Amino acid sequence: MLLIDCPHCGLRDETEFACGGEAHIARPLAENAITDAEFAEYLFWRDNPKGVFLERWCHTAGCRQWFNAARDTVTHDFIEIYAMGSMPASKAGKAAFADAWRRNTASEAAAKPSSKGGKS
Amino acid sequence: MAEGPDRGARRLPGGKPKYSVFSLMRNARRYHQDWQQAWRAPEPKKSYDAIIIGGGGHGLATAYYLAAVHRITNIAVIEKGWLGGGNTGRNTTIIRSNYMWDESAAIYDHALKLWEGLTQDLNFNLMFSQRGVLTIAHSWHELREMSRRVHAIRLNGIDSDILTPDEIKKLVPIINIDQSIRYPVMGGFLQRRGGTARHDAVAWGYARAADDLGVDIIQNCEVTGLRRKGNQIEGVETTKGFIKSPKVGCVVAGHCSVLGDMADIRLPIASRPLQALVSEPIKPELDTVIMSNAVHMYISQSDKGEMVLGAGVDKYNSYAQRGSFPVPEHMIAAAVELFPLLSRLRMLRHWGGIVDTCPDASPIISKTDVKGLYFNCGWGTGGFKATPGSGHVFADLIANDRPNSIAAPYALDRFQTGLLIDEHGAAGVAH
Repeated sequence: MLLIDCPHCGLRDETEFACGGEAHIARPLAENAITDAEFAEYLFWRDNPKGVFLERWCHTAGCRQWFNAARDTVTHDFIEIYAMGSMPASKAGKAAFADAWRRNTASEAAAKPSSKGGKS
Repeated sequence: MAEGPDRGARRLPGGKPKYSVFSLMRNARRYHQDWQQAWRAPEPKKSYDAIIIGGGGHGLATAYYLAAVHRITNIAVIEKGWLGGGNTGRNTTIIRSNYMWDESAAIYDHALKLWEGLTQDLNFNLMFSQRGVLTIAHSWHELREMSRRVHAIRLNGIDSDILTPDEIKKLVPIINIDQSIRYPVMGGFLQRRGGTARHDAVAWGYARAADDLGVDIIQNCEVTGLRRKGNQIEGVETTKGFIKSPKVGCVVAGHCSVLGDMADIRLPIASRPLQALVSEPIKPELDTVIMSNAVHMYISQSDKGEMVLGAGVDKYNSYAQRGSFPVPEHMIAAAVELFPLLSRLRMLRHWGGIVDTCPDASPIISKTDVKGLYFNCGWGTGGFKATPGSGHVFADLIANDRPNSIAAPYALDRFQTGLLIDEHGAAGVAH
């Protein structure tokens, strides 16, 4: 049983939480300008690292708030819990964000407001 | 395939008859201390015509069919640990083919037909037992959905029968069909050709037959990198050095994303723990496999007498080969209510295996953007039943560099075209 430190309610059993999978997947704004293959990166392709993983959790049976976590998928150790919309602050969390292959994808580039067709 | 007059006849090479009643008597006199090796333990050669990564059931089956059907024998199977030590040795050994979609029916029934003759093909007793697989419905909605699914399954020529609670009680006397329990038995459907097989024997049987045809099975050898030159695979880096090969098939459960990352291949996979447990052995009580999708429970009794129970998949990604306790706890609560005699049974072992789950709960059998690199992965919670079929079609894909009609729908590009094979509601919950 994992004990998860909800930023609002404190330590609670994992049965109160739902895991929302990979964090920091930005929806392409230029969705009509990118190819099906690039949209699949956003929709289906998932990071699945053996090690530090940035993921979303929701305290479904508590405050019902979403938050982000950096968790090790081998030890199950929660390295860091941080707010939705923010970036990881820990060294391992920062490295996991920077090293993720998603940073170099066309779908993520198309998620930036400055990208081609971004205003549509 | 195995029906008709040739049932029992051997159709494929490999697996020399080394075992007999005389060898059993001879070895009994020596206290079974020096049985011959079932397969060699070779050092890797510098290069092979094809390399299979992963020495579980699917990988060994792929190697065997490459050698036996396609006559490609200069191949190696590379295994990080020991044969069948991953999910092949961690599953609950259920075999069935009652899937709803046509694409699933094709591959799982192809596998089931191979299972029916596999003991003869490999000349190795797989203890294949077609004891029937019964899936229970716990609500009217589930029962109606089930009958819709049964009709779809029957249209594909796969046996499937709806049973009433009374018929279920007759088939499974230890089940509680009282309508007042939390998950009452409202009905169910039975595939009589379904059943179980001895999971270790599947790995051993394929390994022995493949080795007999010249396949090198290299254990305790971890793949540390996939070397590619431009768009062509060159070989694999391993803890025993670089091994050259123009064709590499990745058949790993639990680590396919890790392998994919080595060659910059992206997969839509989430690796999760799937847990199972066995009880102390008791006298024969249950000669059918029982599954319940609603409570994520499946139970059968092994030939040793242990009750084998499996749970649903854990809710977060993990590579730890252990699960979280609430998952089996939830499953056991429902199992004890359905089978009250389980309440005083002690559980002997409890374990987790890492399963690679796909968004549509169907596997990936595919070429990749890298020429000569093939993936057979993402079997999720239900790979064991498909072992022979998976190996058979994947060997065909590697040998001919194009998928056959059974494998074609499972290509990676279905996540771009949207032609998913969505077995989540139909069969992907409990296996």
